Amino acid sequence: MKPAAFEYHRPNDLQSALALLKEHADASVLAGGQSLVPMMNYRLAQPEHLVDINRIADLDYVREDGAKLAIGALARHNAVKSAPLIAQHLPLIAHAYEWVAHAAVRNRGTLCGNLCHADPASEMPAIMQILDAEMVLTSSDGTRLVPATEFFTGTYETVRVSGEMLTEVRIPKPPADSGWGFEEVSMRKGDFAWAAVACMLRVDNGKIADLRIAAAGVGDSAQRLTGMETTLNGQTPLVQRFEVAAREAAAELDPPETASVSAAYRRDLICALAPRALNAAVSRAT
Amino acid sequence: MKKLAIELTVNGRVRQALVPPRMLLSDFIRQELALPGTHVGCEHGVCGACNVLVGGKAVRSCLIFAVQLDGADLKTVEGFGGAEELHPIQQAFWEEHGLQCGFCTPGMLAAASELLAETPDPTDQEIREAISGNLCRCTGYEYIINAIRSAARKLQAQDAQETAEAV
Ligand SMILES: Cc1cc2nc3c(=O)[nH]c(=O)nc-3n(C[C@H](O)[C@H](O)[C@H](O)COP(=O)(O)OP(=O)(O)OC[C@H]3O[C@@H](n4cnc5c(N)ncnc54)[C@H](O)[C@@H]3O)c2cc1C
Ligand code: FES
Ligand code: FES
Repeated sequence: MKPAAFEYHRPNDLQSALALLKEHADASVLAGGQSLVPMMNYRLAQPEHLVDINRIADLDYVREDGAKLAIGALARHNAVKSAPLIAQHLPLIAHAYEWVAHAAVRNRGTLCGNLCHADPASEMPAIMQILDAEMVLTSSDGTRLVPATEFFTGTYETVRVSGEMLTEVRIPKPPADSGWGFEEVSMRKGDFAWAAVACMLRVDNGKIADLRIAAAGVGDSAQRLTGMETTLNGQTPLVQRFEVAAREAAAELDPPETASVSAAYRRDLICALAPRALNAAVSRAT
Repeated sequence: MKKLAIELTVNGRVRQALVPPRMLLSDFIRQELALPGTHVGCEHGVCGACNVLVGGKAVRSCLIFAVQLDGADLKTVEGFGGAEELHPIQQAFWEEHGLQCGFCTPGMLAAASELLAETPDPTDQEIREAISGNLCRCTGYEYIINAIRSAARKLQAQDAQETAEAV
């Protein structure tokens, strides 16, 4: 239960951090440490070099960037949760953060660290996918932008390669008339989701438009439920229709079977949570 | 292993130390600072017994390396008050039976202290939320919630008195 030895680096600016990541192929970024340090305590992770980004004050921001909000690598969960810009444009994020861990963990943990950790039962990876967020991956060789829908590749796996850092997440401001819903069931509030559903939509002439819906806790990684999107877009919002579409979506999922909760129960949760999230989104969309 | 020099404020006193990078803050507090009031339950962030205040914010001391605290302001349970003079939050825990074995108490105090600094008059829901990351195996939580409610009243009364005296 003690971490293995490592070499500690504490750069004061991004360029030095990127240079260190390039120089040491097996270096890990240390952000909030709320996922990495437990893994190190268990010796599931034994990085030889840690690049602590906590002194790079330039990375600590939530700011407006034209039609997008930009969230920097050092923006902590609680800072994002309570940011006025988030309350104004993306209340879904503030709301869903109520289900992410507990105050003391959110005081340290960062949104970008959470996304890089890519736990399949983690809420924010699902939310980034329905918001069409863009991940800004930076290395000393340059920057590439990856859509959130292509970022997560499996359990604890993303497209990020060694030497790269997730320096920023960019989220388009949703149209003012869109509505959102978020529902989760976990063993205790603040625990990882047994199943969670997030969605965003507009109601256009009485019909659902631009529906994006995603689930966490029911596969190798958070995923968009594209079948539901195709079925429901252009339809009038009806509870029965939501329930049928949710059952079809649940049947196609391959949720994990764990000691505390079965795959069948997780599927049942999707059948219950997706219609609730959709109803909430419809009533918010005006 | 190479040790690194750090300097930090611990319960109001400046302390210097040499630490190996892999030393967890919880071990540093208990073994190097010899302050055993901070308890270690799970060492992976789940139980909250190891919560301490860093810059006034509650954090898990088992999920942060001591070397990261260079320049920081750390407060452990020993910084609240001693047996002769309890801190109002401690006094409230004492009066309301907010502890039995006391293992969870240092972490509860850190969580309560952060809550009451930001929200002097919290609702029951806010109190429950604030301690949702702290496990207690003895009290059933109700007495802890009562204690934090009572602590809020004590701190508010203390504030009012200080303001009156200052005028
Ligand atoms: C008790 C407890 C309950 C929790 N409950 C939840 C929950 O319900 N839902 C949830 O989603 N999470 C939960 N978490 C995890 C928490 O949200 C973490 O804060 C988060 O997963 C990781 O963020 P971090 O900043 O702490 O990253 P770290 O732990 O520092 O890093 C995590 C991983 O990402 C890498 N990394 C970090 N930042 C970057 C970056 N900018 N670029 C590239 N790589 C990077 C690290 O090298 C490491 O591999 C919980 C944690 C605890 C301890
Ligand atoms: S010992 Fe740190 S949270 Fe349990
Ligand atoms: S008093 Fe015993 S664990 Fe809380």
